[in-house]
Amino acid sequence: MAFYLALLLDTILVSNVVLAQFLGICPFLGVSKKLDSAVGMGLSVTCVLVISTAVTWLINHAFLAPNNLGYLQTLVFILVIAFLVQLLEISMKKFIPSLHRALGIYRPLITTNCAVLGVTISAVDEGLDFLPSLVFALGSGLGFLLAMVLFAGVRGKMERCNIPQSFRGMPITLIAASIVAMAFMGFSGLADGIFGI
Amino acid sequence: MRNRDILLNGIIKENPTLVLVLGTCPTLAVTTMAVNGLGMGVATMAVLICSNIVISLLKNVIPDKVRIPCYIVVISGFVTIVSLLMEALAPGLYKSLGLFLSLIVVNCIILGRAEMFAAKNTVFHSMLDGIGMGLGFTLALVLIGSIREILGSGTWFGMTVMPSFFTPITIFMLAPGGFFVFGCMIALVNKLRQKNDSLVHNGCMNCPNVHHCHNAQEAQEGGCC
Repeated sequence: MAFYLALLLDTILVSNVVLAQFLGICPFLGVSKKLDSAVGMGLSVTCVLVISTAVTWLINHAFLAPNNLGYLQTLVFILVIAFLVQLLEISMKKFIPSLHRALGIYRPLITTNCAVLGVTISAVDEGLDFLPSLVFALGSGLGFLLAMVLFAGVRGKMERCNIPQSFRGMPITLIAASIVAMAFMGFSGLADGIFGI
Repeated sequence: MRNRDILLNGIIKENPTLVLVLGTCPTLAVTTMAVNGLGMGVATMAVLICSNIVISLLKNVIPDKVRIPCYIVVISGFVTIVSLLMEALAPGLYKSLGLFLSLIVVNCIILGRAEMFAAKNTVFHSMLDGIGMGLGFTLALVLIGSIREILGSGTWFGMTVMPSFFTPITIFMLAPGGFFVFGCMIALVNKLRQKNDSLVHNGCMNCPNVHHCHNAQEAQEGGCC
């Protein structure tokens, strides 16, 4: 149990998927302007991450690894992710239309989100077992959600500031992200310190 | 026209990294050292040129409705080739680029150029566009990598360039330094571009998803992948 908690805490705070590993920067910068869209994007990425990690892990261990097809990993994984995003979209539309309306608009952004491909590949590369892979994916998704929500707050404050002309838009957003990333560096060693692993 | 214009377009006027702000993840992640930036830039350029050529050749064959999955298959094929080549020829670089070599697949510069340029232009022009965009990406990565390496560890391409009394500012090698240097670079480019009065970040207009993306309006400043 302690192992799973440590893994979860580590992926959410210490090696945060956006602020420490630079995965999924584009939606982090693009969709974090308003709190509700940040939450919507964060939740749908978390959902896609957990499901696609489960599927790609199974495909990798049942099919690719035994047949020495490791070099097909990138190709197979990206197609599986694209397929799953599409499938999730259709089934959500059918069974939970309210959630579909809330999250649906972020679908096209998720397939080309490098956080999803990055996390599924690293779960396999790091040789995690099935359950730890799922916890790793869940933690990464929640870390993405946390970073998005926090950053939406930061950007809300920034709207009312008088920013020099050439820093408006992207540059000041990146510099704000740098300060948030610096704050997250304070978490380093947290999981080891609490759980002594 | 235009051969020269197409080539220069990607390097200066529509630099994918500093003007269009596409492909931010590899830009931030691998630029801790100039040599990593160079390696990433060249790998991406190789994939971009090859995929532009192939997609431009196939533009009349690929059905419109399934074009994005087709593009992704072509691109990931070339990414696999490039990463296998790099593993064999430059194992050190392969190790330090790691995961981000596979993630060239989801680099929106490549998918964006396939959709915006290669699917509409001749093979030769698409190749030139690939070379120009690839060079622009490589130049930006080497520039950001150089700044971070010089400030963060006092070296450039591994050679010591700073005087001995200089204490390396390690934070430039870490995540916050990446965001900071990238932000300052874009601000500098904005400053230079203000003279031309064309200060537009049209990241979303170059995105392959722009027609399906209901978020394009909201996210147009800077864009998202």
